[in-house]
Amino acid sequence: MEVLFRNVRELVERATQENKLISEIMIEQEIMITDRSREEIMAQMDRNLTVMEEAVEKGLRGVQSTSGLTGGDAVLLQNYLKKGNTLTGELMLDAVSKAVATNEVNAAMGTICATPTAGSAGVVPGTLFAVKNKLNPTREQMIRYLFTSGAFGFVVANNASISGAAGGCQAEVGSASGMAAAAIVEMAGGSPAQCAEAFAITLKNMLGLVCDPVAGLVEVPCVKRNAMGASNSLVAADMALAGVTSRIPCDEVIDAMYKIGQTMPASLRETGQGGLAATPTGKWLEAKIFGGAVVGSGN
Amino acid sequence: MKFKSVFDIIGPVMIGPSSSHTAGAARIGRVARDLFGKQPTWAKIHLYGSFAETYKGHGTDKAIIGGLLDYDTFDERIKTAFEDAQLAGLTYEFIPETANTEHPNTARIVIGDETSEMSMVGISIGGGKTEITELNGFPLRLSGDLAAILVVHEDRSGCIASVSNCLAKYDINIGHMEVSRKEKGNMALMVIEVDQNVNAQLLKEISDLPNITQVTRIAD
Repeated sequence: MEVLFRNVRELVERATQENKLISEIMIEQEIMITDRSREEIMAQMDRNLTVMEEAVEKGLRGVQSTSGLTGGDAVLLQNYLKKGNTLTGELMLDAVSKAVATNEVNAAMGTICATPTAGSAGVVPGTLFAVKNKLNPTREQMIRYLFTSGAFGFVVANNASISGAAGGCQAEVGSASGMAAAAIVEMAGGSPAQCAEAFAITLKNMLGLVCDPVAGLVEVPCVKRNAMGASNSLVAADMALAGVTSRIPCDEVIDAMYKIGQTMPASLRETGQGGLAATPTGKWLEAKIFGGAVVGSGN
Repeated sequence: MKFKSVFDIIGPVMIGPSSSHTAGAARIGRVARDLFGKQPTWAKIHLYGSFAETYKGHGTDKAIIGGLLDYDTFDERIKTAFEDAQLAGLTYEFIPETANTEHPNTARIVIGDETSEMSMVGISIGGGKTEITELNGFPLRLSGDLAAILVVHEDRSGCIASVSNCLAKYDINIGHMEVSRKEKGNMALMVIEVDQNVNAQLLKEISDLPNITQVTRIAD
């Protein structure tokens, strides 16, 4: 298959040489691969953006999952924000609350757009709708945010993995956070190279993150990991915009993530058997939800 | 490259909570319905591996029933699929299995009505992507890298040629093709992986050919 970029280096080089945005290279590649018109492709991403917007709004009104494990935290965060004396600042907590909102809707069987997966669907929209209030982007720029995210996700999915079962949470929330960081940088006016730095800095700080969902459900700790992923991406974006660079190139960070995933034991790759899932409380919650007997600490 | 489109990354739009256990499950159910060609009146669904362990919490069961009712991954009605099935006259049973399967997220779906019956095995490979690995006892081997269509047909001469002629007419190149049958002159199967996207018009044209029972797109 003919593609415009196979890794981040090629993506950044092409964007820089042609004086284009990362999002533009992603759009051009999509046109080339799918043989669809720019209008069709933009319209589809516009619809995905609307789904994300609606999920955030729904989560901020308050939802509860069937298991009862998650829900309502986005509301708590927004109420806290309204009091006006947060420690980390308004934009940061706004992004966190909107990431949480999306994942709470996901856990409650609401409609979401996977970015890149359902379990990590909060980070990209959460940061987008918070940064939006600061940068006042046009609708097209918001759609481009998703293409920039998609370009980096495309590289990770094809060269490493975006599956928690294959690579742990670093592959899901780690990838999502890097994707968001790169998109924030582009929206804020940073260069394609800075987008890659932001991605690398973010993912470096999420390497090794395991996938250990309690009772095997996409709830605990997934919802809060999206919150931390969003904050991680905002800090990394600011660092990249300040001119900080990653000593390890972006593609090598992605490769390291892949290799770490391969050496992770199966109990920490979405089986619900290790990590937080295997804690006494994790096991107790599992028994409570599924009505089974509480067994020992497992393996 | 397994992931070809940006919408494999920013998408699918779906009902939560899991791209593999909910969206993928709905897709497997919907392909089963497509292959059966009509609304089944009963369904027996065997779940394996992670599907068997966590199906209740992930809504895998509702998603599969939703798929059997022809709901897409983003259809809100997935949440009320059980009630909807009752209204639609579809009875169902879920059977969690302990046997080990090659892939952790595997479902065997057996569906039917008064006149016919069908069995299919589907796996959910992540991010909402799925593959069909068996149909009515025929093992299907798909690379997953290419778009694929499945043609159920009567075992008659000229059938394979007419399907490949139809693909040629639409300028579609065959990357890999498998044909199989259970007994001479009985039901047979073609699995065709192609390099280009397959549209609905082409599928319609193939299904209108003589001796073709069913045509379905099983990977894209």
